[in-house]
Amino acid sequence: MSALHPTPHPKERRIIFENISKPGYAADIDTYIANGGYESLKKAVTMKPSEIIDAVKAANLRGRGGAGFPCGTKWSFIKYDDGKPHYIVVNGDESEPGTFKDRYILHQDPHQLIEGLAISAFATNTRLAYIYIRCEFPHAAKIVWKAIQEAKARGFIGKNLLGSGFDLDIYVHQGAGAYICGEETALLESLEGKRAYPRIKPPYFPAVLGLYMKPTIVNNVETLCHVKHILRIGAAEYARMGTPGDGGTRTMCVSGDVMRPGIYEFPCGAVTIRELIFDVCGGLKPGRTLKAVIPGGSSAKIMRAGEVYKIKGKGPDGTMVDKDLPMLDVVMDASTLQSVGTMMGSAGVMVLDDSRDMVWALNNLNQFYAHESCGQCTPCREGSLWMSKMTTRMLDGGGRDKDPKTLQDIANNIAGRTICAFGEACSWPTQSFLAKFPEEFEKAARS
Amino acid sequence: MSGTAVTMVNVQVDGEWKQFPKGMRLIEACMQSGKFIPHYCYHPKLSSPGNCRMCLVELGMPKMTPDRKSVLGEDGRPELSWSPRPVISCATEVSEGMGVRTSSPLVEECRNGVMEFLLINHPLDCPICDKAGECRLQEFSVEFGKGESRLLEEKVKKPKRVDIGERIVLDDERCIMCSRCIRFMQEIAKDDVLGFLNRGSHTTLAVYPGKRLDSNYSLNTVDICPVGALTSKDFRFKMRVWFLKETKSIDVTCGTGSNIVISSRENIVRRITPRENDAVNSCWMPDSHRLNFHYLHSDDRLKEPAVRGLESPVAWKTALATAAEKLRGSRPEETAVIASARMTLEELFLVRRLAAALGVRNVDILPRPQKGDGFLVSDDGNPNTSGAKLLGLATGRLPEIAQAIEAGRVTKLVVLGEDAADCGISETALKSLDLLVAMGFLANKTTPHATVVLPSSAWAEKRGSMINVKGRLQRLNQAIQPPGQARDDWEILRDLIALLAGTNGLHSIEEVFRQVAAETPALQGLTLSRIGDLGIQL
Ligand SMILES: Cc1cc2nc3c(=O)[nH]c(=O)nc-3n(C[C@H](O)[C@H](O)[C@H](O)COP(=O)(O)O)c2cc1C
Ligand code: SF4
Ligand code: SF4
Ligand code: FES
Repeated sequence: MSALHPTPHPKERRIIFENISKPGYAADIDTYIANGGYESLKKAVTMKPSEIIDAVKAANLRGRGGAGFPCGTKWSFIKYDDGKPHYIVVNGDESEPGTFKDRYILHQDPHQLIEGLAISAFATNTRLAYIYIRCEFPHAAKIVWKAIQEAKARGFIGKNLLGSGFDLDIYVHQGAGAYICGEETALLESLEGKRAYPRIKPPYFPAVLGLYMKPTIVNNVETLCHVKHILRIGAAEYARMGTPGDGGTRTMCVSGDVMRPGIYEFPCGAVTIRELIFDVCGGLKPGRTLKAVIPGGSSAKIMRAGEVYKIKGKGPDGTMVDKDLPMLDVVMDASTLQSVGTMMGSAGVMVLDDSRDMVWALNNLNQFYAHESCGQCTPCREGSLWMSKMTTRMLDGGGRDKDPKTLQDIANNIAGRTICAFGEACSWPTQSFLAKFPEEFEKAARS
Repeated sequence: MSGTAVTMVNVQVDGEWKQFPKGMRLIEACMQSGKFIPHYCYHPKLSSPGNCRMCLVELGMPKMTPDRKSVLGEDGRPELSWSPRPVISCATEVSEGMGVRTSSPLVEECRNGVMEFLLINHPLDCPICDKAGECRLQEFSVEFGKGESRLLEEKVKKPKRVDIGERIVLDDERCIMCSRCIRFMQEIAKDDVLGFLNRGSHTTLAVYPGKRLDSNYSLNTVDICPVGALTSKDFRFKMRVWFLKETKSIDVTCGTGSNIVISSRENIVRRITPRENDAVNSCWMPDSHRLNFHYLHSDDRLKEPAVRGLESPVAWKTALATAAEKLRGSRPEETAVIASARMTLEELFLVRRLAAALGVRNVDILPRPQKGDGFLVSDDGNPNTSGAKLLGLATGRLPEIAQAIEAGRVTKLVVLGEDAADCGISETALKSLDLLVAMGFLANKTTPHATVVLPSSAWAEKRGSMINVKGRLQRLNQAIQPPGQARDDWEILRDLIALLAGTNGLHSIEEVFRQVAAETPALQGLTLSRIGDLGIQL
C-alpha cells in the first residue's frame, strides 16, 4: 500500500508528489520527459542566473529540511564570480523520526530532483554537485545514479548542458548510517570522508567554508524539487499558493494514531491541525481521543490537545490584540507554529491518542537521541544518554521525587549550549513533555 | 617586528575596554586581561574544536544603525547588544566593538552544567590516578562543580588499561573526549593515529586498527590530556605529583635545548616534561629526550674520587693534588685536553683556562653529528656546540690528538666529560699513557685506565648555561644533589687550575659567568640571572 492516498484530498495540491505512486509512472527519463520533464531547465538556461535567484526569492521558498531557511537568500550568499569552485550538496539523509517524504522522490521521481538541482547549479555557478543519500536507502542510491547517467546521456547535465556552455557533474554519495549526517556541516565532513562531526559555526558556515572549505549550498531534496516548479508555474503564482512568508506547497508526513497515516501535500498554510487529523487523515482510531501532536518531526515541541494559545493577531478594528487560538485551530505553517512555541520543522506530524503514556513516548524519543548524539560536545553527549536512562528508569517503576526537576535541568543545560542544533533537538522533547504533561511525570516520579 | 602591521581592535572585557590584535581568540584576550576562563579542549598551540563547552561566555556585539554604523553610548563607546545564547570563547575571534562577560549567572550556570555532565560518567578514581593533583577535571570540580552526584543510573563502561603505544596507557573511562591528543597527533606530530570510535556517550578514544601511538612525540599527549586518560608507562604509579619539586631547566640530549621542567623528589628525578618556550620548543619535546634521565640514578655513577695505586676512597684534596702534580711542568706538545660540548659554558670557559695554564694547544671537543628529525631532534647531538665554538674550543683537532696519542707523542691526557674510546683512541693507547685524568659522572671505557678519576655532576645536579644550535643562551638549574662525593664540574676545574696556576678568585657560578662574559664580546653585559627562564637570543 502506498503512503500516498490515490485520490488527493480536496485541500491537497500535489506538485512535488504529482507523479508519486501514479499508475504507470516509472523513474526513468522517458517517463519523466513524457510528463513535461526538463522543460524548466530548458527555460532556466535561457535566463540570467540572477533572474533565477530572484525568482526563487520572490517565490518565498523556504527550506524543507527542517530549519526553514529562505532558499533564495541562502543561494545569494554564494558570489557567482568569486573565482572559487562552488558546490551544491543535496541533503538526502532524511532521518528525522516521523519524516518520510524525500524517500518517495528519490525512489520514484529522481529526475525531478536532478532537474531542480541542475537549475540551482546553473543559477549559482556550481559545476559539481553531490547527492548525499542515507545508507538505509541503498536502492534509492542506485535509482538516482541511473537517473544521473540518463540525464547525462541526454545532455541535461554534463559538459555544455543543453548547449548552454555550462558544465555540471553530479555524484551520489551514500552515508554510513547516522542521524547526525543530516546536519549540514556533519554531512559535509562525512562527504569529505571523515567522521560526521558537526562543525562549529562560526567560522564554518557552508556558504563560506563548506565542502573542502569552499562556498557550498546544502539543500534538502524536496527544497530543490520546488525550484523546478517555481520556474514552471512562475514565481508569483507559486508564492500565491502559500502564505506571505512561506510560498508554494509543503509535503507533510503524518504518522501515529490516525486512521490514514501517510504523505500529503498542501499549499503552505492550507490546513489546520483539526482538518489534517479529522478530515484529511480520517480521524482517530475508534473510541480514541486526541492527546497530543508533535507537528514537525521528533525534535519539535509537543502540543497538548485542548491547549489554547495566546497569540497576537489583528482585532476587528485592525489593531494588534491578544487572541485565543485553540490547539486544533492552529494552522500548519511555519509562522503560526512558531508563534505557538513549536515548529514546522521537517513536517513530520506525529499524532498521539489517549492510549499513549507520555513517559513512554518521551523515553522512546530520548533513546533515539541518546543513540544518535554524535558525542562531540559535552552537554549533548552526556545529557542525551542521562535523560534517556532517567526516563527508562521512571518507566520501569523506579521513579524518584526529584526526577522531573533533574530532567528539566539536564535539558536546560543542553539547549543553546552545543555545537549543533541536535542539542535543541534532543532537549526540546523533554522540555515540552514536562511542561505540557507534568502530571504524568510527577506520577512516574512517585512510583 | 616588521612586515604587516597588526590591527588592534577594541573589546570590552567585563565592562572594561581593552585592545587586542584582530583575530586573537577571545579566550586569549580574556586570559590576557586576567580573567581566567576554564577550558578543556582549547590549547594555545592547537586548533579550536569547541567541543568541551567549558569556555562559554556571554557575547555582546555593537548595536548597528540601519546604515551599519555602530550606535555609540554616552561614553563614546559602542553600545552592545548581548546575545541570550552563550558562545564559546575558544573559537570566537575578537572583533571591533565586541563585548564579553566572563562571569555572570548564565556563565556560572553553563560551567556548572558542563562539569556535572563531565562527571556523571567519570570513574572518580582519583586516589589511584596519576593525574590527580594536576587534573583539570579535579581542579574545576572544586571551583565550578556541585559537589554531589545526581546520577542514579549506572555509569557507561569503557575499556581500561588499553595499551595503545610503547610508552602510553589509555583509560577510556577517564577520557573527556576533548580531542587534544588527536589534534596534537594530527597537527603537530603529523602522525594521525588517534581517533574516536562509537557515538554519543559511548564515544571511545582509540588508535587506528593496525597502528600504535609510537611517535617519538607521543608523550606530549600525556602532558596535554587534561585528565588521567593518557598516562606515561614510565611515570605511572611512581609518585603523587604534589610531592614533586619542579625545577626549570633545559634538555641536554641535543642541540635544540628544549626547555624542560625536572620533577624530582628526595634527590631522585621522577620525570621530565616540556616547558613552554616559543623560541625553542613551543610546548613539546621528543619522548627519546624526556625519558633520557634514568642513567642519573644508575649504578655506573662515579661517586668517589680515585687515584691509581691508592686505596679508595681517596680525599678530593689527594686526587686533585695528584693530578696537578703530574700535570705540572709537562711539555705542552706531550699533553692534550679533550672536553665535551655537553659541558656548560662556564665549565668550558674553565677548560680553556686549564689549557692556558698548561700551555697546551691540543684541545678539542668531541663532535656529535646525527640525523635530526626536522622538528625538535637536532642534527647536533651536543647541547652546547655553539658554546664550545664561541670559546674557541671546537678546534677540530681531535683526530690529530687521537693520532698523536696512538703514536705515543702525547703521553698525558685530560678527558673531561667524554669517553676517550668515543674519540678514536684505543684501549692499548690509553693503557700506555703516562697520565690519564678523567672527569665525568658515569663510568666508561676510559675510567678503568685513569690515573686520577674526578667524579662530577650531571646536568640535573648543577647550574650553568649553554648555547643551542640556534644561538640561544639558556640556563640549566639544579634539581637534585650529585651522589656521594661527586662535585660540580666547575669547582673541580677551578680547584685544579688553582693548584696549577694559583688562586683565581672564583667562588660562585655567577662569578664564573661574569668572567666568561667579560672575556667574550658576544656575551657583553650579561649575567647568569639576566638570561632568565626563557633564555636570550645572542
Ligand atoms: C540533527 C539534525 C539533523 C538533520 N537532518 C536533516 C535531514 O535528514 N535532512 C535534511 O534535509 N535536513 C536535515 N537537517 C537540516 C540541515 O542541517 C539543513 O538545515 C538542511 O539540509 C538545509 O536544507 P534546506 O534549507 O533546503 O532545508 C538536520 C539538522 C539537524 C540539526
Ligand atoms: S550537539 Fe550533539 S550531535 Fe551536535 S555536535 Fe554536539 S554532541 Fe554532536
Ligand atoms: S585521552 Fe585525554 S587528551 Fe585525548 S581526548 Fe581523552 S581527555 Fe582529551
Ligand atoms: S575550551 Fe572552548 S569549547 Fe572547549
